[in-house]
Amino acid sequence: MLTLIGVAIVVVGFVLRMNPLLVVTVAGLATGIASGLGPLAVIAAFGKAFITSRYVAIVWLVLPVIGLLEHAGLKERARSLVAGLRAATVSRILLAYFAIRQITAALGLTSLGGHPQMVRPLIAPMAEAAAENQYGELPELVRQKIRAHAAAVDNIALFFGEDIFIAIGSILLIKGFLDQNGIHVEPTQLAIWAIPTAICAFVIHGTRLLLLDRWLRKEIARNQSEA
Amino acid sequence: MITLEHIYWLMGLMMAGVAIVNLRDPSNPRRLNNTLFWGIYAITFLIGSHLSDLANGFLVIGMVLVASIRGLGQGKIAGTSAAEREASARRWGAKLFIPALTIPLVTVLGTFIFKKITINGSPLVDVKQVTVISLAIATLVALAVGMTMLRPPLSAPIKEARRLLDAVGWAAVLPQMLAALGALFALAGVGTVVSGLAQRWIPLDNPSAVVVTYAVGMAVFTMIMGNAFAAFPVMTAGIGLPLIVQRFGGDPAIMAAIGMLSGFCGTLMTPMAANFNIVPTALLELPDENAVIKVQIPTALLLLAANILLMNFLVFRH
Repeated sequence: MLTLIGVAIVVVGFVLRMNPLLVVTVAGLATGIASGLGPLAVIAAFGKAFITSRYVAIVWLVLPVIGLLEHAGLKERARSLVAGLRAATVSRILLAYFAIRQITAALGLTSLGGHPQMVRPLIAPMAEAAAENQYGELPELVRQKIRAHAAAVDNIALFFGEDIFIAIGSILLIKGFLDQNGIHVEPTQLAIWAIPTAICAFVIHGTRLLLLDRWLRKEIARNQSEA
Repeated sequence: MITLEHIYWLMGLMMAGVAIVNLRDPSNPRRLNNTLFWGIYAITFLIGSHLSDLANGFLVIGMVLVASIRGLGQGKIAGTSAAEREASARRWGAKLFIPALTIPLVTVLGTFIFKKITINGSPLVDVKQVTVISLAIATLVALAVGMTMLRPPLSAPIKEARRLLDAVGWAAVLPQMLAALGALFALAGVGTVVSGLAQRWIPLDNPSAVVVTYAVGMAVFTMIMGNAFAAFPVMTAGIGLPLIVQRFGGDPAIMAAIGMLSGFCGTLMTPMAANFNIVPTALLELPDENAVIKVQIPTALLLLAANILLMNFLVFRH
């Protein structure tokens, strides 16, 4: 049971809103010590794990070029693209991005998206501009909710699209694990059974996105009557 | 051959540049903290592969202390005004999208092409890491396109990287830190303990109850570990294979596919999946760091319920 001390530290730390880097480090060190390692061995194990996980950070290499383009007005340009489209609403823009992202992920094109390179410079400004077209200046909470939805669309479409592609990491992991346990399945079998959930994801989140325009209309009306 | 190590040099140079720009900026009240934080991070990329594990461990702890004692700050950056950016956006028009779209296009092309290019019989890039290497190369191509087009001062890219990286702050390192924590959890056997606990509570004689336990267990355990890949082997070895497949004759492919997707529902609901849930709130300048999770929870719960129904309905039919 003592092995779970790290999990407890993480939960308490996040609830108390302490600095997550500190929480995670303390949780890691405590877990190592609880499993019987000496203090120096734990620090070494943590250092080793950090170094082997460096690939996680490679996405930050996009920042110089994204920053450069933002400086030259990329967000403003994305907004004016939407300002010219009367039919554009928050729901429609996010739904269109959801569909494109899910379909391309299902074809294995998982890198056509992402928060630093697509959502921050393009999708979120476009969704905000669509709302501004309809309602003018937005209340801050509405603006934040639209941005959060833009980020969520990228995640949900990716997670429930990529498993339909046979060479994606999770499919290979499942196949490898089942092989080790003497059960042999083809990647195509696994990919096919990801399709029902993918459809459910599209229906469920698509419906929520369609309802977003209605929520927006109510929220703006409520704000105006309060003002 | 181009390997991850070369990409790490590039990351190290960028982080070192960010540290230097911070050091020379008196408008940031915490500039020494920022310089130390990004500077140490640069070292882990530049020479981390050659240092001892213990030395790397102390570097990481140094970064954490710098970030949590007094914390990081942000310089007052004289950026362009909204009006200047509007004017620039009108001047460049749709051309501004070219470098931005270069990143995904070159990444995707790279994953297909780099695998096939060989020089003197050895591959041009490390085939196992082709996606991340393609992404890194794509950013360089996009940067070259952007620089040629916009002709800003040569120091502009690193100053812009610094502006964005300082806006994201310590959250930029959190995903990597959580990946390290996951490795330590695995080392300590956290998974075996959790699946042992789950097994003790399941009613073993009802196939539907076992399916519910497996799918919910995947989601909850993913929330704890921040990663469905860590949860899958533990839950499937502990509950899925012995009960759903061996005892009740369920189909392993259907169980595994839908089980993994149940784990993804958990990913949508946890701050432990920082790169998906916490980093975007920093990137989109949202004050509530749980804002993205809150938007995702209704979809995640409905989809988990859908997964349970689907698995119940599909896994025992032959």
